[in-house]
Amino acid sequence: MDTDFFLAWFAGMAELIRLRRDHLTELDAAIGDADHGTNLDRGFAEVRQALAEWPPTSPEQVLLSASNTLIRRVGGASGPLYGTAFRQMGKALDAPVTPAGFAAAFEAGVRAVARLGKAAPGDKTMLDALAPASRALTQAVQEGVEVREAFERAARAAEEGALATIPLLARKGRASYLGERSIGHEDPGAASSALIMAALASVES
Amino acid sequence: MKKLINAADSVVEDALAGLAAAHPALRVRNRVVHRADAPRPGKVALVSGGGSGHEPLHAGFVGHGMLDAACPGEIFTSPVPDQIIDATQAVDGGAGVLHIVKNYTGDVLNFEMAAELVEDVEVASVLVDDDVAVQDSLYTAGRRGTGATLFVEKIAGALAEEGAPLAEVARVAREVNERSRSFGIALTSCTTPAAGRPTFDLPPGEVELGIGIHGEPGRTRVPLAPARELVAVAMAAIHGDLPLRDDLLVLVNGMGATPLIELYVVFAEVEAIVRGKGARVARSLVGNYVTSLDMQGFSVTVCRLDATLTRLWDAPVETPALRWGR
Repeated sequence: MDTDFFLAWFAGMAELIRLRRDHLTELDAAIGDADHGTNLDRGFAEVRQALAEWPPTSPEQVLLSASNTLIRRVGGASGPLYGTAFRQMGKALDAPVTPAGFAAAFEAGVRAVARLGKAAPGDKTMLDALAPASRALTQAVQEGVEVREAFERAARAAEEGALATIPLLARKGRASYLGERSIGHEDPGAASSALIMAALASVES
Repeated sequence: MKKLINAADSVVEDALAGLAAAHPALRVRNRVVHRADAPRPGKVALVSGGGSGHEPLHAGFVGHGMLDAACPGEIFTSPVPDQIIDATQAVDGGAGVLHIVKNYTGDVLNFEMAAELVEDVEVASVLVDDDVAVQDSLYTAGRRGTGATLFVEKIAGALAEEGAPLAEVARVAREVNERSRSFGIALTSCTTPAAGRPTFDLPPGEVELGIGIHGEPGRTRVPLAPARELVAVAMAAIHGDLPLRDDLLVLVNGMGATPLIELYVVFAEVEAIVRGKGARVARSLVGNYVTSLDMQGFSVTVCRLDATLTRLWDAPVETPALRWGR
């Protein structure tokens, strides 16, 4: 996986998030403050713009550039959380990037989200999509399946994880203020995390 | 939903241009609003910030005796670390900077990151979490910061103006928060310019109890009742958490689209309940101060005063939204 692969991943994220922007915002309106789609759309558009203006020369640089933009420009909780995930992933990435190296770096990013957000799986957050995705990815890589197949399994796990947040009671973030009333709604952060993994699975390589 | 705007994505920018034009004592640049006379050498500086849509909070409280700078984010979205770092460096007069942060995940994360990244400035932080509608437990993000933010900014701002050191300003700011409790009730949701329709549907005959300040739904929904009964619910929630006694500072706050006459109807009920508990409204404020765009509704914030806090509340203040004694 080279620099172009990572650039294509971020381009795919930006496209998917734009496409699903209103859906993410609707999910957020139900249990949050109705801005998740618009914020991420704005943020990932800026990520693409920064990557175009200062072309990175390594996968690590792609991740760090994206991280900087997300942390510095998006605001809210999702900016720092996704920004931190990509930063830690970038730092943990060794060149050249192998499937096993990617999976380990991704796991480092997911752990950083858990630390920063003081959240655990089951709290109804983005972690409920990211943690199963990371597990599926690591396991697929250990089984030695094709990279594309590994990414598809990770994307499926993220999607299932996001949908599995519907019956959960939110314990972190703004949805937690609703108590019992957060039950019955998909977590918008988990939904956007599933899009990030879907973008990974659809990178043409 | 009709909005008096040019475009949904330029609301914050356009409003800040208006704020700067209307108030020459303020400077606005790069999404930072600060006192034109900052930095003030030797004075502890106060920086706050948060999503826009709560006006006059926070930019309307920048000025003598209150904040040195405010960082407005997008509507209902926390500011970003760059803004907070800029503001912190712009107003530091060498005595350190106090960050006043409302307890929301996004605000906390962005202020934490800024405090870590800022160089050569001593930074202390105080978290405001006064909303009794949220139980502070392992199962929530903790109580929200609402009306008490105004109390913290005013009282800590007065103390900083007197020349108190950073540790002391931070201590008193935390004390104000600990002595304050709030509860909010909404008659309608609110409409963000980007969404163009109300964040949640609230049927005509119902109200939301325990709302925050971002148009997020509250804890429960009940039929509309006379103001007397709604105020009783709010005051019972506050009193159950922090018994009402002695001298109180009371804010009856409109959520943005509540007529002042209704806020005074509310205030009369609040005062009667306070008196009924054997306590006294020693200082009060009625108006739209910590708002949620065009939401109809109110919140009550109560702070238990002592002699020092009363003196600091009475100290001169000169900001766009709060001014007396000067």
